[in-house]
Amino acid sequence: MTMKTRICDLLKMKDTVGVHPPQQKMTAGAVIESTQLPDIVTLMMKQHSGAPAKLLVKQGDVVKTGQLIAEATAFISAPVHATLSGEVKRISSVVHPLTGELTTAVTIVSDGADDWVETVMVDPDGLSREEIIARVQRAGVVGLGGGGFPTYIKLQPPADKPIHTVIANGAECEPYITADTRLMIENPERVVAGLQIVMRVMKAEQAYIAIEENKPEAIARLRAYLAQLDLPHVHLFVLKACYPMGEAAVLIREVLGVEVPEGGRARDVGVLVQNVGTIAAIYDAVACGKPLVERVMTITGMVAKPKNLLVRFGTTASHLIALCGGVKPGGDELLFGGPMLGIAQLSYDSPVTKSVNCVLVKQSIMKEERNCVRCARCITVCPMGLMPLMFYNYVRKTIYDRLAEYRLETCMECGSCAYVCPAKIPLVSYIRIGKDELWKQTTDK
Amino acid sequence: MKSESPTGHQPPLVLSSAPHLKGRTSIERDMYIVTGALLLPFFGAVYFFGLYVLLMLVTALITAVFSEYICKMMRKKVFRMDGSAVVTAILFTLTLPPRTPLWIVAVGAFFAIAIGKEVFGGLGQNIFNPALAGRAVVGVSFPVHFTEYIAPTAPWLVDGVTTATPLAVGAAPYWNLFIGNVAGSLGETSALLILIGGIILIATGLIKWQVPLFFIGSVALLSLLLGQDPLFHILAGGLMLGAFFMATDYVTTPLTTKGKIIFAIGAGILVVLIRLFAHMPEGVAYAILLMNAVTPLIDRYIRPRPYGYQGRKMGAIR
Repeated sequence: MTMKTRICDLLKMKDTVGVHPPQQKMTAGAVIESTQLPDIVTLMMKQHSGAPAKLLVKQGDVVKTGQLIAEATAFISAPVHATLSGEVKRISSVVHPLTGELTTAVTIVSDGADDWVETVMVDPDGLSREEIIARVQRAGVVGLGGGGFPTYIKLQPPADKPIHTVIANGAECEPYITADTRLMIENPERVVAGLQIVMRVMKAEQAYIAIEENKPEAIARLRAYLAQLDLPHVHLFVLKACYPMGEAAVLIREVLGVEVPEGGRARDVGVLVQNVGTIAAIYDAVACGKPLVERVMTITGMVAKPKNLLVRFGTTASHLIALCGGVKPGGDELLFGGPMLGIAQLSYDSPVTKSVNCVLVKQSIMKEERNCVRCARCITVCPMGLMPLMFYNYVRKTIYDRLAEYRLETCMECGSCAYVCPAKIPLVSYIRIGKDELWKQTTDK
Repeated sequence: MKSESPTGHQPPLVLSSAPHLKGRTSIERDMYIVTGALLLPFFGAVYFFGLYVLLMLVTALITAVFSEYICKMMRKKVFRMDGSAVVTAILFTLTLPPRTPLWIVAVGAFFAIAIGKEVFGGLGQNIFNPALAGRAVVGVSFPVHFTEYIAPTAPWLVDGVTTATPLAVGAAPYWNLFIGNVAGSLGETSALLILIGGIILIATGLIKWQVPLFFIGSVALLSLLLGQDPLFHILAGGLMLGAFFMATDYVTTPLTTKGKIIFAIGAGILVVLIRLFAHMPEGVAYAILLMNAVTPLIDRYIRPRPYGYQGRKMGAIR
């Protein structure tokens, strides 16, 4: 630590980052349950970032659980597998629960048997790097932390950007969600084995499993498991509890003390960040040959019995909520994801996709927007060192040219600024408008 | 098609964009904490200068709130008791001498709100601290009333003996200065009560401790360098009130902590310069007003370093 940073710290000139919303982790102790399967699933052809998958089935086809029903044809895309055995009832165009775009969806009606395609267990140590990546791609593994980026692409960085460190992201900093925490408590072996596969593929020197300090059970479980295996290159990193600790950029700074350069990606600093759920899915795909058809989700908020469930993709929110005893009076907002990043749903019939980690029912908060009083709280909490109120100022005045100067593109829309704003300004919405305008400007030129 | 329906009746879903959580911060909460913190020095003033002070405050409050209401009506905006007019009224009152005629109080409070704040577009838009703008205007317009300061009287007495302020004379016992047993404007007197109020603001996170520290520190240092008694300069006059309650105003001071520190140092230097070299015994109000004018410039160049930023000078970002 240099003299200058020491003085800065002393004077708190480097403002603290992040916010501390109430944790609300009511399902922290709830064991992951595999429950009664739905009678029907609606599978989006786009459950990942990138191009939609190309449909391979038609109405009336009979499919098995885990059968490929849509293949990835573009480079950034991922295949989709049937999550139930049964009959393809309908192929339709529906509103995507996360993006709002009209997307092709396949509706499968269950035959009740849950008849799986054959999966072959293999020893991952015997597989080559290319075989591992191919298995991850074929299984349709995407980032389960929320991004939904196809994982096989992240496993193949360009040759000039070698990865030295893998960070398994178990921060789970958003309120309510406990899916990753439970996974680490109940299946540490899948996380660690998956991490070792990733390390091998990346030829990484070291790996960190990063968990927030407010999840002592998960920390203890993984620490004990790691001690048992004696892996010298896999470390447990206990993070301060603060939102948005789980954002890759923040996590990298926290764990390694380096920043990803502007406009760059984690791989530019030799780091790969993967959510622990994704890492477990990589293990399932590589070692068990199991396609990604289900994941742990936290069903919580204003439901009678909040739970952590192993959920097949395409299940409707209404089915999951019914399994949790229904909506409590007062719940009038349905979110896919946590309260900070989650996406509000039009209806209880919205089907979940691969990147949904939480189904949250809550009471909506509508606060009247007031004028900014320049309290600078948004600046204090911004984990990216930005000045959100400037984005608000310039978007409101439609002076879009200045947005880039204030590094609008660096914003990852974590919502910390809007959370602390005493004037209840929806800063994230202003930021999105600003990003749209900047994007329009660059495409016009 | 529904697989199963959770609890027969479902209310219609509300759609809103993330984040779906809001902190418990609010403008009203901030303003009423400041009001609470300001009441300490105010009751100190009542104790030292008598009940007339209460009359002054009531006049300022009524005028301020009424002025704001009129302005909002004229601008066809919603009038809200967000507490900002209350804070301005108390602060303005505290800058006045103990026997200021009520009509002057009213004129100043009206100016503070109508011209100091609403003309710029209301709370959050004003460039100058409204209370200080009001104080500057009445100070310049009715100078006779601002040279007569009374000595603190026995509590609850209304008459007082006219005397000079410590800054005009250049001396007073430290202890009297600290607890406030000296002549001066209402809020200039008790350093102790202002300190307690200031600590409340720091503890609730409303102000940054760096601002009063650097403000007072730079006054002490510069006055020491110029051969003055630093402790006297800290305790006498309006420095404590200015450092804790005015140089920390959200609206009229810089946004970043670094910018706030620059603001505080600049104001501190100006205070000493005005006190020693201008034809005025006290300069806190003008020092802060001058720095208010510099605030947009400070904000233009002092910015936090964005994550991943590769260059060095922030002001140079284009």
